[in-house]
Amino acid sequence: MAGNNNSRTMRINLKVWRQQNEKVQGNLVDYTLDSVSPDMSFLEMFDVLNEQLVKKGEEPVAFAHDCREGICGSCAMVIDGEPHGPQTGTTTCQLHMRSFSDGDTIVVEPFRAKAFPVVKDLVTNRTALDRIQAAGGYVTVSTGNAPDGNAIPISKEIADLAMDAAACIQCGACVAACRNGSAMLFVSAKVSQLALLPQGQAERDRRVSRMVWQMDEEDFGSCTNMGSCAAACPKEIKVENIARINREYAHAMLFGRVSERVSDE
Amino acid sequence: MSQGILKYMSSSIGRKYIMAVSGLVWVLFVLTHMIGNLLIFAGKDAYNVYSHKLITNPLIYLAEAALVIFIGAHAFTGISLKLRNNRTKPTLYAVTPKSAKGASLSSKSMIWSGTITLVFLILHLVTFKYGQYYAYSKDGADVVLDGIKVRDIHQLVIECFEKPGYVAWYGICLVLVGLHLYHGVASSFQTLGLNHPKFNNAIKMFGWAYAIVVALGFLAVPLYVFIF
Ligand code: HEM
Ligand code: FES
Repeated sequence: MAGNNNSRTMRINLKVWRQQNEKVQGNLVDYTLDSVSPDMSFLEMFDVLNEQLVKKGEEPVAFAHDCREGICGSCAMVIDGEPHGPQTGTTTCQLHMRSFSDGDTIVVEPFRAKAFPVVKDLVTNRTALDRIQAAGGYVTVSTGNAPDGNAIPISKEIADLAMDAAACIQCGACVAACRNGSAMLFVSAKVSQLALLPQGQAERDRRVSRMVWQMDEEDFGSCTNMGSCAAACPKEIKVENIARINREYAHAMLFGRVSERVSDE
Repeated sequence: MSQGILKYMSSSIGRKYIMAVSGLVWVLFVLTHMIGNLLIFAGKDAYNVYSHKLITNPLIYLAEAALVIFIGAHAFTGISLKLRNNRTKPTLYAVTPKSAKGASLSSKSMIWSGTITLVFLILHLVTFKYGQYYAYSKDGADVVLDGIKVRDIHQLVIECFEKPGYVAWYGICLVLVGLHLYHGVASSFQTLGLNHPKFNNAIKMFGWAYAIVVALGFLAVPLYVFIF
């Protein structure tokens, strides 16, 4: 085949998780792609696979994607047991086939956690993260004229820490990597980005309380400080945030007067 | 209505506080116990008298009660968290990652190293604390201190550690205790919110050093008795 003679292309064997819907059992299915360019992104390789499947009259592999530039957090896949694949600080859409070698066999599975049911093939439902965010991951500000940007002084160091936490794109890789299915890295980033700033202080106790309670209700696991989450995070969110949420939660427990829901206030 | 302490402590983070605090109480005890054991190198007399002073101090009942409560809370909470985590992560992946996206052996095996530690702990009390009683006698007379006969715990320790099977079992258990602490000590700092780039390396080193020193300290006694 032409593809095989060209030294710039690779033959890649894939084992891809196929599952019709949430209710039925899925399984790994073998596919082989003969001429994968090292310059393709991982998702582009899936586009090629799906074109082949469609031509053969088979059903294409369902996978989530949107921006393809590493900012939306849609492209959830576990590649050889690692969320977003072998490279650190990289989303699946930003992972390129040059990270693999000719003849490699790559196993691709959906993000796995009780809280992330499989919708189809590699697509999972991660709206549980939205509900945690909605439980308290905001600041309540009255709208009006935009306040002067520099009216509240914030040190560079703190602003940087808040910005690092705010880099979270809510992809769920932390949950996928965690052997407990814990969402602590995600929740801690969302709590930290506001807890670090003066604007976040007013709702400090109720934010952390309600987000943690929602996290438990959504059936995410508890953190055992294994650190896989931070290693898998494409935005390199640090476990330092988890220590911060542990402090915030203790503060809320000891000093807060938080009711369970907004409607109870 | 605003939520009370119970609501907080029964959540996933609250239960982690219980793990960390109860774990750290035991970390303190295990260290002092290890150091006490090393008195065997100071001779039979020092060992038996130390043991006598310890168990005849009325405060010992308070300390024992606290230790029982803390290990009970630790084991109960540890097991309940593990059962919940098995439910929240029903399936792992077909491939186990070798990079940091995986997890260390020590952190993955906490439930097993912990459970074996608990079994060991109970059998350990049966063997020694509630084991064979020998009276400590010197020159044909029983030794009496503060009006109470001194127990020859040294004799029992020597007898146990002369059996190769017992030394092997003791050795394996202590390696597992060390493995538990290797992850556990540093982890409890993180759980209690102590994490700062200035101290993180020191905390990690402390946890590892603690685990290694404690395991080796405990192992020194049976190896010494067995070999010499
Ligand atoms: C001498 C006895 C023990 C000591 C000194 C000890 C110490 C510790 C420490 C310091 C932690 C870290 C807590 C944290 O991550 O915040 C820990 C965690 C843990 N321990 Fe123990 N432990 C002991 C016995 C046990 C026993 C008997 C069990 C079980 C049945 C057990 C099960 C666990 C589990 C499952 C964890 C992980 C919990 C988590 O991180 O959520 N441990 N232990
Ligand atoms: S598709 Fe948007 S981050 Fe990958």
